[in-house]
Amino acid sequence: MPKAHLKVWRGDDSGDYVEYDVEYEEGMVVLDVVHRLQATQAGDLAVRWNCKAGKCGSCSAEINGKPKLQCMTRMGTFVDGETITIAPLKTFPIIRDLVTDVSWNYRVAETMPELKLSGPDASGHRRMQQIDIDREQEFRKCIECYICQDVCHVIRDHPENQGNFAGPRFFVQLANVAMHPLDQNPKSATVAHGFGLDYCNITKCCTEVCPEGIHITDNAIIPLKERRVDEYYDPIRAIGRKLFGKK
Amino acid sequence: MADIETHEYDVLVIGAGGAGLRAAVEASALGARTGLVCKSLLGKAHTVMAEGGIAAAMGNVYSEDNWQVHFRDTMRGGKMLNNWRMAQIHAQEAPDRVKELEEWGALFDRTADGRILQRDFGGHRYARLAHVGDRTGLEMIRTLQQHAVHRGIEVHQECTVNRLLKDGDRISGALGYWRESGRMVLFRAKAVVIATGGLGKVFAITSNSWEGTGDGHSLAMQAGADMIDMEFVQFHPTGMVWPPSVRGILVTEGVRGDGGTLKNTSGERFMFNYIPPMFASETADTEAEADRWYDDKVNARRTPDLLPRDEVARAINSEVKAGRGTPHGGVFLDIASRRSEEYIKRRLPSMYHQFMQLAGVDITKEPMEVGPTAHYAMGGVRVDAETAASTVPGLYAAGEVAGGMHGSNRLGGNSLSDLVVFGRRAGENAAKYALGLSGQPSVDQGAIAERSASILKPFEGGRENPYTLHKELQDCMQENVGIIRTDSEMRQALVKIAELRERLTQVQVEGHIQYNTGWHLALDMEHMLRVAEAITMAAIERKESRGGHTRDDFPNASGDFGKVNVVVRERGTAVSVVQEPLPEMPDELKKLFEE
Amino acid sequence: MAQATDIQRRYGKTQRVDRWWIEPALFGGGLLAFVIYSTVSALILGNSWHFEAGPYLSPFFEPLIKPGWVPEWISPAVFILWAPLGFRTTCYYYRRTYYRSFFMSPPGCAVTEPAKSYSGESKFPFVLQNAHRLFLYVALVFIPILWYGALKAFWLDGEGLGVGVGSLILTVNAFLLMMYTLSCHSLRHLIGGGLDCFSCSSYTRTRRKAWDILSLANEHHKGWAWASLISVGLADLYVHLVANGVLTDLNTWSNF
Repeated sequence: MPKAHLKVWRGDDSGDYVEYDVEYEEGMVVLDVVHRLQATQAGDLAVRWNCKAGKCGSCSAEINGKPKLQCMTRMGTFVDGETITIAPLKTFPIIRDLVTDVSWNYRVAETMPELKLSGPDASGHRRMQQIDIDREQEFRKCIECYICQDVCHVIRDHPENQGNFAGPRFFVQLANVAMHPLDQNPKSATVAHGFGLDYCNITKCCTEVCPEGIHITDNAIIPLKERRVDEYYDPIRAIGRKLFGKK
Repeated sequence: MADIETHEYDVLVIGAGGAGLRAAVEASALGARTGLVCKSLLGKAHTVMAEGGIAAAMGNVYSEDNWQVHFRDTMRGGKMLNNWRMAQIHAQEAPDRVKELEEWGALFDRTADGRILQRDFGGHRYARLAHVGDRTGLEMIRTLQQHAVHRGIEVHQECTVNRLLKDGDRISGALGYWRESGRMVLFRAKAVVIATGGLGKVFAITSNSWEGTGDGHSLAMQAGADMIDMEFVQFHPTGMVWPPSVRGILVTEGVRGDGGTLKNTSGERFMFNYIPPMFASETADTEAEADRWYDDKVNARRTPDLLPRDEVARAINSEVKAGRGTPHGGVFLDIASRRSEEYIKRRLPSMYHQFMQLAGVDITKEPMEVGPTAHYAMGGVRVDAETAASTVPGLYAAGEVAGGMHGSNRLGGNSLSDLVVFGRRAGENAAKYALGLSGQPSVDQGAIAERSASILKPFEGGRENPYTLHKELQDCMQENVGIIRTDSEMRQALVKIAELRERLTQVQVEGHIQYNTGWHLALDMEHMLRVAEAITMAAIERKESRGGHTRDDFPNASGDFGKVNVVVRERGTAVSVVQEPLPEMPDELKKLFEE
Repeated sequence: MAQATDIQRRYGKTQRVDRWWIEPALFGGGLLAFVIYSTVSALILGNSWHFEAGPYLSPFFEPLIKPGWVPEWISPAVFILWAPLGFRTTCYYYRRTYYRSFFMSPPGCAVTEPAKSYSGESKFPFVLQNAHRLFLYVALVFIPILWYGALKAFWLDGEGLGVGVGSLILTVNAFLLMMYTLSCHSLRHLIGGGLDCFSCSSYTRTRRKAWDILSLANEHHKGWAWASLISVGLADLYVHLVANGVLTDLNTWSNF
């Protein structure tokens, strides 16, 4: 059986990397190796995981410096004998080992506007066409792994921005509200200042790392910025509004 | 005991999957101070894994569908062992619960006229599952989670409840620990809703995550609640079998609903050889008719690939045993040769993703390899159909942890609807019960102090590794109390369980109490052993084969056992097993089965 | 609670083992080369380096605006180039690239950036990026102008219709510049992305179809951006080289 050489972060913020050699079999993913490490050499190693199939977004970590899901990173992607560094998400405070305190994200979630849908029609159905919701359904694929939040330099390198920047995951949620065909929220509920949309400089790292392949920047953030332009920065629209009343 | 962190609620909900979230939303809406506790982060519960859809007779695709048909399908799928009233309530209320999810933000796939699209699933007569591609569970949990967050429900994440507390006969709270700090926390509550999901982790091959350790089953049983139908464990016919590290991970029934078919190594669609008499009249007996059925439900009968899960799991088991299985011990599930690449990617995006990333298999070009995996516990806490109340005053149960709704076998899609239908009822009735009590029931400080101390015992030294104990239990249950059971093997399992229980007193964990997964497993082992024992004892008692319980020594269904539930009770250290008659179905419902 | 970033927070610090710096270096270098070339060619050399050859006019000068009151040392390109300069500077793709390559904000994903504080596009001057919409309107006007220039390149005064290498280059260039404009995020939004209901009328259904098409183009906005940047540079170089007698244009005309 081949052996993996792992460098795993142990302890809290004052911890350090500890090196391990762990045997693995073909077809294994990083999370399997971490579990084997846990069962054989480091019984108290802290790691979050649930579904092991890329659906719950629990096992996020930084593998060789890249934010990824441990359960979706196959051992076959590493060269034989390569040292595999497994670190906790660096944007969030470390609790222990590979587990970080992601509670900031849950606090941001509380500030999100809630969908307010118009009522059903006479037949009791809320009619929506597939062409009106397919773009929305992409946003709802989000598994809240917070890898995009982790990689985003706005908060990764400048934690002081956490107070006024919601982060890519929540721009996706805002886009979901903004583009919902039946939502009755005023437009300003999603594009107004307050979520830090203009802190994003669209460098697209969130899109690069999204394990669900959501086009966060192109389909959520930029369209939100464009909606903001509609309201505040488009001279032709402003003239139109003056001439023909509010559209 | 003045220093233990304490929270006080009217209603405490344990578990934040679909049932727990729905219960908390309802309790909070009725004005009860509501707390929600979950072992993982909010939104990671096992509901997220549900793929295919939520069954509700909305009649959007086939207007012939109605609650009576859904009720009949559910009862027949459960081999008539279901609590008829639960099955009725479920069938009647599911459509409203689905529309409610939509109002709260769920975006189901649509029909051409803009209504919610419904898909075919095993055991359902009509296309009935509202769905979002193959990630319906994610849609549901995110919707409920976002709704709950805005209702101001207090959520305690990564907190594990280890004991229920009682004041005399009635519930008075729960004692748990924070996974992060390892410190104890006390929840005083007038009513407790258990919504902890399943127990798949007592088996070696399972679709369940680490959370499925049967905590809720065990907590309720320990608190004196009646458990029913514990012998019925659903082995989902299609779990991944290769590579070994993903063995057991679910492959949605939607693959077959959307045209996929099971084949053995000689390319034969073997399900045609396994059509049981009960379903013969409504199942296609030629490949041509089965293929026609996907487009014409009225004139063609359904494909045997979509027989209820227990039938398909047994059939796959038989094929593999007869030497017609794949080298990795499964059978083939083929959609590549039957549907276009574009169709597969649109209908089954996460299956495509899952096989591509985890197994290196392109399901649009190659068949999948699949085999049975422990998936769902039909049995659980005995509850009142109307109120979801257990036999312990103040204790309610909803979702997978509750028993009765699904009888001996659950139909696909009926679990998501079960979660919201009975989650809502549990929340409502727990709130009414709690708001009707005058004072906060008292908790036994002595017992709390005792447990707070004994919970740390695994740090004191011993020689047993919790991971090893867990693995031995899983192998024992898989081997002896798995898909096919016999009396002698199950008795061996009881001996092994007793041995493991003894060895658990010597368990040793290293490190300290902060986020120590080894310690958490050691504590969960107590629950898993109790649950494993209950399953085994109930399975020994039921001397017949039915649904998710197949006995080699009693291969047929028995009329007598068709009239009883097996009830397991714990009193002190003694566990008893008795047979009790099923509730009698009223005549007007019986008529639905006379065809 | 302190964070692991505290020990990491040094510029360029990362645990990535791949050669993440190649991409920003390459694209940054490419952009820089273009900026230098175009400045020299169109602005510094200006009138002193011929930019017209027979029916060909360098795209940096299209349409040619040369009023008499403008002194000779001022290049006519200044009346043109502000438009593509503004459009490309505020373009969502170029922003991504130059923020990474020139501002190191961030130099790469999960690579620590040097800046001590950060306010993104919320403050001056970067808040001006919102002018992209305005520049889009201007860029749309340039599409027919550039096509006019390309078609003109098939007509030599005195000889009439013909074709040369230069006419083909200017045609390809007009096409690529058009595609770059059509694949713009802002246009994609205007054409349909700003709608919440596509199915509500036949007008919105048509806009959805247009949105679908522009979305396809938009997925390759990066590709169109580079292809058009390179082509406009090469077209300019080609016309200059022919105009200054370094190259001879192959064509069907007898007396070019």
